[in-house]
Amino acid sequence: MNITTDTDAANRLFIDDLATALPETSTDDLARLSDRLSAAADRHHLLDVSYRSVDSPLGPLLVAATSAGLVRVAFEREDHEAVLAGLAASISPRILRSGRRTDVVAGQLDEYFAGRRRTFDLTIDLRLVSGFRRTVISHLRDIAYGATATYAGVAAATGNPKAVRAVGSACSHNPVPLVIPCHRVVRSDGGVGQYLGGVEAKTSLLAMEAAA
Amino acid sequence: MTVEPFEKVVAEHGPVVLRVCRAMLGPVDADDAWSETFLAAMRRYPDLHPGSNVRGWLVTIAHRKAIDQIRRRHRAPRPAGDLPETTALDVMPEPPDEHLRSALAALTDQQRWAIVAHHLAGLPYAEVGRLLDISETAARRSAADGIAKLRTTYLIPAPTRGTDR
Repeated sequence: MNITTDTDAANRLFIDDLATALPETSTDDLARLSDRLSAAADRHHLLDVSYRSVDSPLGPLLVAATSAGLVRVAFEREDHEAVLAGLAASISPRILRSGRRTDVVAGQLDEYFAGRRRTFDLTIDLRLVSGFRRTVISHLRDIAYGATATYAGVAAATGNPKAVRAVGSACSHNPVPLVIPCHRVVRSDGGVGQYLGGVEAKTSLLAMEAAA
Repeated sequence: MTVEPFEKVVAEHGPVVLRVCRAMLGPVDADDAWSETFLAAMRRYPDLHPGSNVRGWLVTIAHRKAIDQIRRRHRAPRPAGDLPETTALDVMPEPPDEHLRSALAALTDQQRWAIVAHHLAGLPYAEVGRLLDISETAARRSAADGIAKLRTTYLIPAPTRGTDR
């Protein structure tokens, strides 16, 4: 019995030593390997969604893209973890943090917030919206920088003048706010209206564009 | 039942997979095996059964990729004029983990896998056995046999014992 116990104890010591004989894995190593993985995944057409975070005056933004284009811009208040879980469920769980496809979006957003860009030159993937909402959101792309439209006006432009509430609902489901400017849609009575990023964010965006 | 974004899988299990690869391979080959492991896993990830043991699944792939690397290395033609590997081993001082790798390589697949999966990756013996299609007892015995053999073939380098400083 004692012999077994001694052997067990010696084995345990040996196993502990074995673990310490291995080189430590550093966060640098893992960052380097992750970059390599996203490059290889892209090459093998396995990177269904890539995303990154972008600092902005409105707080950190999540930017996500598929091979078809920019698919999602999310404000911090939408909870980025929840947004990513939603993309995993609705598009694909093959999601990696990567600057592939998203660095160009980050660059244009930076320019926009710095007042150096008035239109976005990006391919957009609107797969997350369908039907009337998609029609409305596509229409919003025509509202120029510094201009505004009313919910009623957008409803009329889509050929459904009575669908004012549905237009409001479509705006609140815009998957790519800022890039498709739903913040430029305001109420007929002069009120700012709701915004995914918060009413304050909408007010400051409109003020920024009006001042430029 | 939603599947997590793959990024979370990489963040959570990347370090343990790298540890497994490094126990079995040199730094360059370990990087390759790590990349191949996650690329293969990403390919199959959407079909992974919900509730699967993701760590066990990844460590299994990593072990297989590491063995592929070892076989490939032995097959790879060496440039003319290069010293044969055995001579290099005799002459050059090797880093301590290189000794560990050769000692691990000398075990049976089942012994090595049991040690790597249980002692390095932290999988319980029941899971190790399930992945190997053997009983928990057999998995435990394989690891113990492997450790016993390692103790005769692998001398742990003195500085790592931590008593001499």
